[in-house]
Amino acid sequence: MGFDVLATVPFQPPAASSIAENVDTLYLVLSGITAFFTVLIFSIIFVFMVKYRRRKEDETPVSTHTPLIVELTWTIIPSLICAVLFVWSAALYVQNGRPPASSTEVFVIGKQWMWHLQHPEGPREINELHVPVGVPIKLTMTSQDVIHDFYIPAFRVKKDVLPGRFTSLWFQATETGTYHLFCAQYCGTNHSEMIGWVYVMTPTDYANWLAGGEKAESLAQLGERLFSQYGCDNCHVPEGNGRAPSLVGVYGKPEKLQSGETRVVDESLIQQAILTPNSVHLPNYQPVMPTYQGQIDSDQMLELIAYVKSLGSEERNGK
Amino acid sequence: MSTAIRDLDDAPAEPAVNYLNASYGIKSWLLTLDHKRIGLLYLASITVMFVVGGVAATLMRLHLVEPQGALFEPETYNKMFSTHGIIMVFFFLVPSIPATLGNFLIPLMIGARDVAFPKLNLMSWYIFITGAALALYGTISGGVDTGWTFYPPYSSLYAETHVVAVAMGIFIAGFSSILTGLNFVVTIHKMRAPGMTWFRLPLFIWALYATSLIFVLGTPVIAITLFLLALERLLHVGIFDPAVGGDPLLFQHLFWFYSHPAVYIMILPGMGVISELVTAFTRKKIFGYSFVAFSSLSIAVISFIVWGHHMFVTGQAIYAGLVFSVLSFLVAIPSAVKVFNWTATLYRGSVSYEAPMLYALGFIGLFTIGGLTGLFLASLATDVHLNGTYFIVAHFHYIMVGGAVMAYLGGIHFWWPKISGRMYPDMWARISAAIIFLGFNLTFFPQFMLGYMGMPRRYALYPAEFQVLNVLSSAGASILGIGYVIPLIYLTWSMRYGPVAGPNPWKAKGLEWTIPSPPPTENFEEIPIVTEEAYNYPAIEAHHYPDAPGVARVWDGSP
Repeated sequence: MGFDVLATVPFQPPAASSIAENVDTLYLVLSGITAFFTVLIFSIIFVFMVKYRRRKEDETPVSTHTPLIVELTWTIIPSLICAVLFVWSAALYVQNGRPPASSTEVFVIGKQWMWHLQHPEGPREINELHVPVGVPIKLTMTSQDVIHDFYIPAFRVKKDVLPGRFTSLWFQATETGTYHLFCAQYCGTNHSEMIGWVYVMTPTDYANWLAGGEKAESLAQLGERLFSQYGCDNCHVPEGNGRAPSLVGVYGKPEKLQSGETRVVDESLIQQAILTPNSVHLPNYQPVMPTYQGQIDSDQMLELIAYVKSLGSEERNGK
Repeated sequence: MSTAIRDLDDAPAEPAVNYLNASYGIKSWLLTLDHKRIGLLYLASITVMFVVGGVAATLMRLHLVEPQGALFEPETYNKMFSTHGIIMVFFFLVPSIPATLGNFLIPLMIGARDVAFPKLNLMSWYIFITGAALALYGTISGGVDTGWTFYPPYSSLYAETHVVAVAMGIFIAGFSSILTGLNFVVTIHKMRAPGMTWFRLPLFIWALYATSLIFVLGTPVIAITLFLLALERLLHVGIFDPAVGGDPLLFQHLFWFYSHPAVYIMILPGMGVISELVTAFTRKKIFGYSFVAFSSLSIAVISFIVWGHHMFVTGQAIYAGLVFSVLSFLVAIPSAVKVFNWTATLYRGSVSYEAPMLYALGFIGLFTIGGLTGLFLASLATDVHLNGTYFIVAHFHYIMVGGAVMAYLGGIHFWWPKISGRMYPDMWARISAAIIFLGFNLTFFPQFMLGYMGMPRRYALYPAEFQVLNVLSSAGASILGIGYVIPLIYLTWSMRYGPVAGPNPWKAKGLEWTIPSPPPTENFEEIPIVTEEAYNYPAIEAHHYPDAPGVARVWDGSP
């Protein structure tokens, strides 16, 4: 391993993403508030313990009444502190939750008990993720079996990885180095071995790493081949005059379904359309598409999704 | 309460006939309808469960001394932490104060001869025992490895352990909670002695009233949820299985809809105990009675709408996250109000430091830390980092052990003379309170740091850089273990050899202290008539020490 001089100091995790410092500042302020009130309560108790200790067995303390102003003070001050904390932490959360449009997408599949990572350019990794420093990376994640959770402590990011749907998280690494990758949702016997490493590299190193691996086709290319292999292109023709709607440019757009519901075409909807087409079919088309449940594994699903997404971007680029 | 106070001096030191010796034989206990005996049946049962859960915790901490795991295969470790969580939450903490002290004290405190439905009360115990037996069978005959949270699809489709048996054990025990809650609500509404108005009730009763509401309203939801989980496992109905259109997150919503209020089932009764202890050992009225009483109720109400804060990282909508975050901050306020009021009760009091008071002060300190670290988790941005790590483990142990268990032990020590009629050695009790306080902090404070460092919970193996803090935590756990064994020994010893306590060894207020210790089966010879509010210490002092000045000393601002 030989990397973790930093990590042997057991009090501060490395802070290596664009949001880490902001989260740490909030953490520090929260720690300060905790320390302040803990010390306050402990010292008041201590002072009262000594000052008002029972000196004679028969003493009767004076009755103190309860002034409303005191009760209001210690109701309102904590409320104000909580209000400030809420606004601050929520603003940070909302801000940290939105990946920049320019993000590079990497697919993640969790399964008992390993992480599959799939770069758009083609390389696949297991329990390792290589990323360039300074580039926003968006992870689109799903699980093949139980619920997992993708957690990189050094980046202060974490998101559950669910079966049957897609979740995403994003980060922008700011320091080159090697960082822990953990599964943070209990997933069975070898949960604690579902761990790996994130390698943050300089752009040059990253380019070399990409070039150095075996030459693989990109995800979208693989998806395109599957698309014709399964005969999808017989009906989903680009011009839109086939038996099925054209998929060009649909990704990210709202579609009105036969059921009347309007849904944005995202990874989950594409998957649903492939596995249970009749549940999302469009009003102007016959429900003739067969289900591909059990025929397409989750790697292939990602490839198909990547292909459909690439159709969208061509359309947008064309305009 | 003039009659009541007269009784106090007239009562014999140890009554010849009391609820403990009124009848003999195992049958007289197993078929008893006496709320006090039923309280003791619960005390014995949950002590057994506490030992089982405690042994599992000790083995876990021993295992974690080494990064590669010192004792077990991961499979066994997973069963250990699942057993620990399930036993401690559902079979110790939830019934702890309500079923033991609540059963014993509610009729005594409100001036009644029993609870409203004594037979239902006994039935609740049998239901609890059945559920506990089933859960123990499941954990011993092969174990369960889902964690106490039972998240599907792991628990429904993948785990190969005794999930159904244990889930059904919890399902059954849930009915015990529901019936106990119902019994308490009706008892508190209908059985109060003449003159015992709502605002003369001891705060312990207010706290248990709030708890009982959660029992009645929340427990059915966990029962349904676990029933669905069993159906899913046995018949694969698909409700939590995404492959057939189900939703695994639905389980989490349902589970936390009960399990977050359940946190307050565990802590609210403890808060009630602390209000009793702080007043008794300062000989003062509680500061802000109505604020403390209504904070219990508002905690009970708000606790039902904060469950989503367990799911900030599940991919739930950002707006749901915002709403649950703001509500979670809101529930912090009444807890803070309680801490300030307890502390202020000491002001100008006559403070003494018998063992129960040490537990109470320990509670206030540890609950303060536990509550404040909750703010880290209500804060969305920091929760993303800390969720699922040891920070969570540390936070809820500060509430559940530093809070609920400290209060439980403080309550047991406070009312032990009433329960058993005997005193325990106070010095040993103080020593064990100190050992528990120190051992507790050494066990769980390092876990806050581990969580911030990023160590996930439920890890049988861990990276080497976390070892120092884990060893510290394990060292603390062994001290804590010793602290728990000592009271078990001297309390058992005192039942036979302890000095006779008399009706009111602490010179405390409250109807339970006006009758002999141990109380007679019918509690009150005559139903008392209450004429004053709770914690009216000046009155009792004036009675006991007619020559004492009304004001012992006046604070002049000098140190």
